Amino acid sequence: MQKRYMTIWFRHLLADRMSLRKPELKDKSFVFKSIIRNRVVVTAGNKNAQLQGISIGMPLADALAIFPDLEVFQENPKQNEQLLKALGEWCIRYTPTVAVDLPDGLILDISGCTHLWGGEAGYYKEIINRLRNLGYDVRGAIADTIGTARAIARYGTVSPIIKSNQQHDALLPLNPAALQLEPVTLMKLNKLGLNRIGSFISMPRSVLRRRFGEEMLLKIARALGNEEEPIQPLHIPQPFEQRLPSLEPIKTAMGIEIAIQKLLELLCKQLNTEGMGLRSATLKCYRVDGKIINTNIGTNMPNSNPEHLFKLFELKIASIAPAMGIELFVMEATKVEELNPVQESLWQKEGGLNDAGLAELLDRFAGKLGSAVIHRYLPQARYWPERSVKSVASLNEKMEIAWRNDRPRPVQLLGTPEPIEVTAPIPDYPPMLFRYKGLTHKIKKADGPERIEREWWLDEGQHRDYYTVEDEAGKRYWLFRSGHYNGEKPSGWFIHGFFA
Amino acid sequence: MLPTKKDLIEKLQKEIFRMQGFSIAGKSGAVNFGLKQIESAFPNAVFPTGAIHEFLCMANEDHAASTGFISGLLKTLSADGSPMIWVSTSRYLFPPSLKSFGIEPDKIIFIDLKKENDVLWATEEALKCNGLAAVIAEIDDLSFTQSRRLQLAVEQSKVTGFILRKNEERMTASPCAARWKIKPLPTASIDELPGLGFPTWSVELLKVKNGKPGKWTVEWSADNFKIINTHQISEAVNFSKAV
Repeated sequence: MQKRYMTIWFRHLLADRMSLRKPELKDKSFVFKSIIRNRVVVTAGNKNAQLQGISIGMPLADALAIFPDLEVFQENPKQNEQLLKALGEWCIRYTPTVAVDLPDGLILDISGCTHLWGGEAGYYKEIINRLRNLGYDVRGAIADTIGTARAIARYGTVSPIIKSNQQHDALLPLNPAALQLEPVTLMKLNKLGLNRIGSFISMPRSVLRRRFGEEMLLKIARALGNEEEPIQPLHIPQPFEQRLPSLEPIKTAMGIEIAIQKLLELLCKQLNTEGMGLRSATLKCYRVDGKIINTNIGTNMPNSNPEHLFKLFELKIASIAPAMGIELFVMEATKVEELNPVQESLWQKEGGLNDAGLAELLDRFAGKLGSAVIHRYLPQARYWPERSVKSVASLNEKMEIAWRNDRPRPVQLLGTPEPIEVTAPIPDYPPMLFRYKGLTHKIKKADGPERIEREWWLDEGQHRDYYTVEDEAGKRYWLFRSGHYNGEKPSGWFIHGFFA
Repeated sequence: MLPTKKDLIEKLQKEIFRMQGFSIAGKSGAVNFGLKQIESAFPNAVFPTGAIHEFLCMANEDHAASTGFISGLLKTLSADGSPMIWVSTSRYLFPPSLKSFGIEPDKIIFIDLKKENDVLWATEEALKCNGLAAVIAEIDDLSFTQSRRLQLAVEQSKVTGFILRKNEERMTASPCAARWKIKPLPTASIDELPGLGFPTWSVELLKVKNGKPGKWTVEWSADNFKIINTHQISEAVNFSKAV
């Protein structure tokens, strides 16, 4: 079958994108700059800027001299490619084979696709109009070969659609630059007065090779279709999604369970073949009355075990109201990560925090109770007791500093210290007795004080002098006096914790 | 040689324990907690791991003492690096303090919940997970059925469960392996120096399944339990409590 190609040329790709993002720039002139060989050079500009006489490759200083109100942006070297890739993925709706043609084009292999849009003219119009409506200044062409389509898109003046086997005639009136030749070759052609492709295309190959090199012959051969031009099609990752339509609308919890199990089995099979594990998934239930119910689950570690994932969904089945019945289930893995290979252990299972059973248990907690209920603490290099630990979300997070046990710390720490009444004999001595919750405790033994300064860069206030005390009954407390002893007004004493 | 009567009875007793779902040894066989006299109160003189232990603690001080005693037990249980889960609705536990009981506080995962029912569910789920060293739950009220469910969960997984109960009045019968009461005691001075000594508790075993209740004074020093003395409990009391 005869191959047909379409090329799309984005005349001001970066500038169009910028105007889309910042509509206020639409009527202004702006350019992109970049440093090439230690010179600041204009690398792209919008239509207005080009109308002012600013061309690509011009030093920025010259451009600013021509048009002082010019707005200048730094060029992001990878942006071209990213944009073209995104546009190429968008074009997948028209043909399965799309390739990026750097720096400013796309190549579509449209063989056998065009009849769906009523022939090549309709197909061409559809794509070009859609892209123009999006805000991109594009030109396109359809031909048997990529080279010809590319040339016509950029330099063609008559018709964008070149009929099959007409590429030779179509190329004849074009400028040699349409063949995307090297600048040196173009200069030579210009010097010899060969201003059209027609003036040299029928010359003997040996003559052309001697004068202009092998490169030019290859380009001509590709444009004429004598040689195949390779392209690298974009690969769109397959979404991890499974669908399950039901013959009869499903209304029972049992039915939903079976559907989830089936979907999970299919999804996990798909994940396993690519060595991926699921981190979050969404179940969409399409109801007969047109409503869609979404149910989400998440896991702590990448997982592709259908039984475990089913347990997570099982907790949520109660929240799925089938009403008149569910006719379609769609399960989508919204976040996947590479699955850590599980090694079959011969002697002992892997213990510690990496235990798979523990991860699954925590998934169940997070699924039913929310992930906010799970806490794990690591030491933090702070002196203030309340701030000496930090809560971490991940099981894999490592300690930055070691746990300290050089200072006595109570087993139970009150969230906020509670005020107590004390009788203290002399300044800087632990109290003789204190009253807490209506009970008087006579202190028999005491340790301290341990002064903990307030972190003045975080909050203002007094330091604390901590005492470890034990009463007559042997109960042990952590008390502190806030600030220095002051003879005039009673010092503030607080209880902050209980020792074992 | 024919087995003696005593041997036969012992063998039958073991059989009965097994049928009752009461594990004699935990997942790694007998665990040595360094509590020799207390361990002898349990059947076969083995501290039952893979079972549920209840701790009664009304006041904050008792709660702190119970936490200290449990932490001492956890040190041995988590020696292989297994994580622990602590389920609670009102937690005051200060993780860094556990380091002085020989536990790595980052090995504990805390589940802080709002509802009692969720605590029971989470505890049961956690007890079913055999990768854990222990599960500690702070539960105010526990009915016989609920505690039976927990007991069934540990019989499968061999995880040790510790339940801290605040509500002492509404105590019901329970299938737990042991019911403890830990109270703080005045510390002994070290080398006649002023200040506090090592943490000291009065450890009371109110109820032991197929064992002998008792009361001891235990000190935590040099990263280990040290039993100071054993209180004699009269046979009459013993009989009335070992229901």
